[in-house]
Amino acid sequence: MDVMQYKSEVKSLNFYYGQFNALKNINMVLHDKKITALIGPSGCGKSTFLRCFNRMHDLYPGNNYQGEIILHPDDVNILASNVDPIEVRMRISMVFQKPNPFPKSIYENVAYGLRVRGIKQRAILDERVEEALRNSALWEEVKDRQHDLAFNLSGGQQQRLCIARALATDPEILLFDEPTSALDPIATASIEELITDLKSKVTILIVTHNMQQAARVSDYTAYMYLGELIEFNVTDTIFIKPKNKQTEDYITGRFG
Amino acid sequence: MISGILALMVAVLTFIALFAHMVLDGAPRLTWDFFTSFPSRRAESAGILSAWVGTTLVMLVTAFSAVPLGVAAGVYLEEYAPKNWFTEIIEINVTNLAGVPSIIYGLLALGMFVYQLGFGQSILAAGLALALLILPVVIVATREAIRSIPVAIREGAYALGATKWQTVSDHLLPYSSAGILTGIIIGLARAIGETAPIITIGALTFIAFLPPSPIKSEFPFVSFEWLTAPFTVMPIQMFNWVSRPEEAFQLNAAAAGLVLVVMTLAMNGLAIYLRYRMRKNIKW
Repeated sequence: MDVMQYKSEVKSLNFYYGQFNALKNINMVLHDKKITALIGPSGCGKSTFLRCFNRMHDLYPGNNYQGEIILHPDDVNILASNVDPIEVRMRISMVFQKPNPFPKSIYENVAYGLRVRGIKQRAILDERVEEALRNSALWEEVKDRQHDLAFNLSGGQQQRLCIARALATDPEILLFDEPTSALDPIATASIEELITDLKSKVTILIVTHNMQQAARVSDYTAYMYLGELIEFNVTDTIFIKPKNKQTEDYITGRFG
Repeated sequence: MISGILALMVAVLTFIALFAHMVLDGAPRLTWDFFTSFPSRRAESAGILSAWVGTTLVMLVTAFSAVPLGVAAGVYLEEYAPKNWFTEIIEINVTNLAGVPSIIYGLLALGMFVYQLGFGQSILAAGLALALLILPVVIVATREAIRSIPVAIREGAYALGATKWQTVSDHLLPYSSAGILTGIIIGLARAIGETAPIITIGALTFIAFLPPSPIKSEFPFVSFEWLTAPFTVMPIQMFNWVSRPEEAFQLNAAAAGLVLVVMTLAMNGLAIYLRYRMRKNIKW
């Protein structure tokens, strides 16, 4: 396969929480403008892996990366110690498990990533905020109350707001850490629809507990267990005829 | 249950009785003249002008030195300091400082501010002494307020590419401002009634002039001469009157005490109100 189709390549990635080897020699790719799902039982390291992509582990002492995550097209290794994690987070956005809007207005939530990048002109902010809210299917619901507090939105709306906030900065990769685990089925459906729509714009990596969700939204799926990547393939293959026995046991519900 | 209520009643009734006694004695003395007159040998023409002006100015110095220092120390310890034995010792010390008797702070201020640094028995020395006294309160309040912000909010800011300072100034400080402000006001409310450290550094008990005005009619329009002026404060004025044998001065003391209690209660009330107002929009 042509390398140009990869947005990112993970090469022999090891990650340590202190002495604990949480990720063991992971090799994987993210296909450009595709959705890749990470599945596996709790504690298998899928969130840990996701959080390597935006260097979230740098916020806490004692964490240590080995190996490479190459970001194309400029082939920079985002784990390199001379790469500023803030530069990485400028290119790779993240949506968290529980909606975490700031206690500010809807508008200010979406605009914050732009303000951090030094954008001050009102017209540009207005335009980018509207675009992000449209892309996260929230515009129609909030266009007349952009200056209301974000906490007044419902849970599903708050999560879409967090997606808008992550999108406003025009990221190259969007990370989702179990984005629907705190939401009801209807809100979950709307978030899933949104994620599917977004893949025309951005490469997506999503961690999910919910195998049906992985099957519904993703193009590629990786199954992880105890810090190791057991199997990585096209989603249909993983779910219909997995090559590995462990993957099959997990998918069919015999384990996990 | 019953004994709990009884114990509570004893405390509340004692306070009410004391307060009522003070109100009955002091209230008739609370005229306009009482606030605009200097102390006098004649009880009926004596007032608390120099005392409340002194208290206000000392509090100003205390607030302007304890707030930036305390908030900065709290933010540093919570967000920037590495977790090692040195910061641990600092943390233990900050907590312990809150329990040091206030007269010790007075002695420290006497040695350091009054003599060593040559500030004299001035408003500046008194304000700094009280600032040291309430510094632990401000630091602890700042740390607790920042710590109560969920990790998800912090990570949300960092994930958008915010630097540490942007996260602190755009998120952590604004969201913890209610808690910090409450800590500041409670600290100041404690400082306003402190007598021991102020006496230790040598505040005057009888003073019949005001410090130089901070506002001048000619350029540069502000003056800091008042910082070095001798002064008195409300509790000292009260103490002075209580120690007089004449009955009429006791009434003055009650009136001054009433003013002091109302000032303290008003500050605590303000703290509760601000906390309520600012927390209203924050749910976690």
